[in-house]
Amino acid sequence: MAKYTITINGQSKDVDVDPDTPILWVLRDELNLVGTKYGCGIAQCGACTIHIDGNPARSCSLPVSRVADKKITTIEGLSAEANHPLQEAWRKHDVPQCGYCQAGQIMSAAALLKENKNPSDADIDDAMRGNLCRCASYTKIKAAIKSAANS
Amino acid sequence: MKNNKINKDRRSFLKVTTAVGGGMLIGFNWMGCKSDAVVKELSLPYPKEWVDFDAFIKIGDTGLVTIMSPNPEIGQNIKTSMPMIIAEELDVAWKDVVVEQAPLNTEWYTRQVAGGSQSIRHGWEALRKTGAAVKQMLVETAAEKWEAEPSDCSVENGMITHVDGRSIGYGELATEASKREVPEEPKLKDPSEFKIIGQSKRNVDMEGILTGAPLFGTDFKRDGMSYATALRPPAFGQELKSFDDTETRKVKGVQDVIRFGNKVAVIADNTWAAMKGKKALVAEWEQKQKAENSEYHSKTLLDYLEKKSDEPRRVDGDVDKAFAESDEVLERTYEAPFLPHSCMEPMNFFAHVTEEGAELIGPIQTPQWTQQRVADLLKIDKEKVSIDMTRMGGGFGRRLYGDFALEAAEVSSLSKKPIQMIFSREDDMMAGTYRPASAYKFKVGIKDNEVIAYHLTEACFNGQMFGTMPNNFPCGAIENYRVDCHTIESNITTGAWRAPYANFLAFAEQAFLDELAEKLEKDPVQFRLDLFAKAKEKPVGEEHNYEVDKFVGVIKLAAEKAGWKSDGDNSNLGFCAYYSHNTYVAEVAEVEMEDGLPKVKNIHCAVDCGIVINPNAAINQIEGGIIDGIGHAMYSDFVFKDGQSQSNNYHQYRLIRMPEIPTIDVHFVKSNNDPTGLGEPTLPPAGGAVANAIYKATGLRMYTQPFIKNLENLG
Repeated sequence: MAKYTITINGQSKDVDVDPDTPILWVLRDELNLVGTKYGCGIAQCGACTIHIDGNPARSCSLPVSRVADKKITTIEGLSAEANHPLQEAWRKHDVPQCGYCQAGQIMSAAALLKENKNPSDADIDDAMRGNLCRCASYTKIKAAIKSAANS
Repeated sequence: MKNNKINKDRRSFLKVTTAVGGGMLIGFNWMGCKSDAVVKELSLPYPKEWVDFDAFIKIGDTGLVTIMSPNPEIGQNIKTSMPMIIAEELDVAWKDVVVEQAPLNTEWYTRQVAGGSQSIRHGWEALRKTGAAVKQMLVETAAEKWEAEPSDCSVENGMITHVDGRSIGYGELATEASKREVPEEPKLKDPSEFKIIGQSKRNVDMEGILTGAPLFGTDFKRDGMSYATALRPPAFGQELKSFDDTETRKVKGVQDVIRFGNKVAVIADNTWAAMKGKKALVAEWEQKQKAENSEYHSKTLLDYLEKKSDEPRRVDGDVDKAFAESDEVLERTYEAPFLPHSCMEPMNFFAHVTEEGAELIGPIQTPQWTQQRVADLLKIDKEKVSIDMTRMGGGFGRRLYGDFALEAAEVSSLSKKPIQMIFSREDDMMAGTYRPASAYKFKVGIKDNEVIAYHLTEACFNGQMFGTMPNNFPCGAIENYRVDCHTIESNITTGAWRAPYANFLAFAEQAFLDELAEKLEKDPVQFRLDLFAKAKEKPVGEEHNYEVDKFVGVIKLAAEKAGWKSDGDNSNLGFCAYYSHNTYVAEVAEVEMEDGLPKVKNIHCAVDCGIVINPNAAINQIEGGIIDGIGHAMYSDFVFKDGQSQSNNYHQYRLIRMPEIPTIDVHFVKSNNDPTGLGEPTLPPAGGAVANAIYKATGLRMYTQPFIKNLENLG
């Protein structure tokens, strides 16, 4: 086991975990931040997407030892009042079906909009292709991203 | 009225906190989860007291109303739409309603199942009556108080008003009203009076989903809980011979290793240790049953398609005689692989088994059946097994089978610990309960350019089409008609998969009809309409399972909206119409060639599901079903070798992703008929519409799924 101090959603947290533990399980099991989901464990489905120093990353495949000195943002910390333009757009379009993949979808979309304020359809497809949704809520996700970009 | 017996612990589900701005908020303190995520801002002050009317409705002294949602929520949105039906007849403002998930309780609720797209259809009348009965009790109480006639009282948004102007809210009347006798046949609204039904209402769990609140099975935590994984046979037909857990026990955080049946559980302090510990197990397996291959599956299915069954599922006339008299015979065979369910939330369940009983919490489509099976497994009374339903990260049929809950119960019982059993994605994909591989053969006899005989043969592993499916269209429209079904045993576990049987049969049938229409030189839409005209004028046989007018209604609507030209070439458009799960659907797909491969650009979809409860949520189901149907028909393949699936995760198993989705235009048939479900019925026709459009774009007919395998040479 090893001790790490990590910065999550602006707060400093101390954890004592196995160095190879993916940050996903540190968030979920140690810190009770369960909004970030486990879907595949091999960075293929996007359900575990978080931001590391502002960039999207698949938390299931990143050991805690590699992110200890970086700033992590999860769905719980995306906005202080749950009012990020994407969260507002998700409400407006009533996007989720089962809802399980949605935190990952929102985190991927938030990273896109940070870099590209006015993404084209192709830009959205490209940024979101790593996020699976078996309910296939894709049309609503796309519409919500466009709506957030315009807000 | 039977008093609502929901125990006090469960009431603490709703935790009141004070919002930053001073208003009251309902916080989330869900069954032990530690999260204060705000889930709903209340429109009214939080009541000091709740009055229980029945298992569905609680009214607070401030007028706030709690409605219990009885059925499991798998993403079909019944946790919003079922309470909407109650709220409509109760006549309260939707903003004043708080929704709670009901626990399993067979005394209070009937059919607590998510399956077959039946929740709304079966719940409709009972839910309306539940709301209307309580409304009547409240109105009668007000009338008595005022010494007035109930007929002189009107209700709007939980407020009762007398013709003379006096008014009173539900909150003030609830205690008295709850003592009245429950009317058995309360007056229901005319659909023209609906204020909530037919209006889009947002998913009641939206705030939790947007803020990462603990809603799902895997999010559940209990103090002192351990995490468990299980090593299962890597191939079907294998048994555990021996295992060595030396390395597993060296993994930090691993508490215990326990064999149970044919599996080995690793119990640990956290999920990662449980997963690592499982990987470190060294096990020896013995092949006890046949190790099946996909080649064997395919050959077996095709062999069976050449046989007739002893008990055909439908016989009209004599197909053999008609084939002999035909000018021409057209025969085509269609084949589909096994498919895993791919719920985004892998299977999981919490169980705590003690001498007092078993407590289970998690995502399950069949809580009632699972309760009985857990009781049987542990050899205890059913009453000693409690099951609470979490929101589910998808179901699609997989969570009908409570194997994961039984595993959790068994491992908790053996380890004497509260445990959360979690499947890795590999476990989920390799130890699935798959859509069975199946094949269909269609053979028709043509005389004087008319279809005089139709013979459908099905071959399927571990099952055959059920219910009224043998009485599907086009039976009733063809004089000589026969359906034969063969089931072949396989040791691969199989089960219901979103729109069972229809999910593949619809494609096969509708692709065949498209080819048949072409052979007869008829427009595919007009060809179908001609068959329906025959089925209506002079139906063949004793019964068929569809209503001609509704079927024709969606066909005409979809064709009109898509700009289908009955005398034109309709280049790159494919048509499909299918009836399943009590809902009528027609879809027109438009395909374009992109980089040498067909891409689905747009779908026009016409739906007749009766009254639409929650339009935006209904569109979600319709669009989701279509894209899911396209995705699995186009891309998803699943191969077995030596009894073992050759895909274990999403790098080896393709699901549709955002760049591959079409735009979708949904068109509802306006209707005042009782509502039917939408979780499944738009999926089956998607594959057929796309296959027929691909033919227009490429000249290639699709006979096997996934289509992409037939198209690779084009790219």
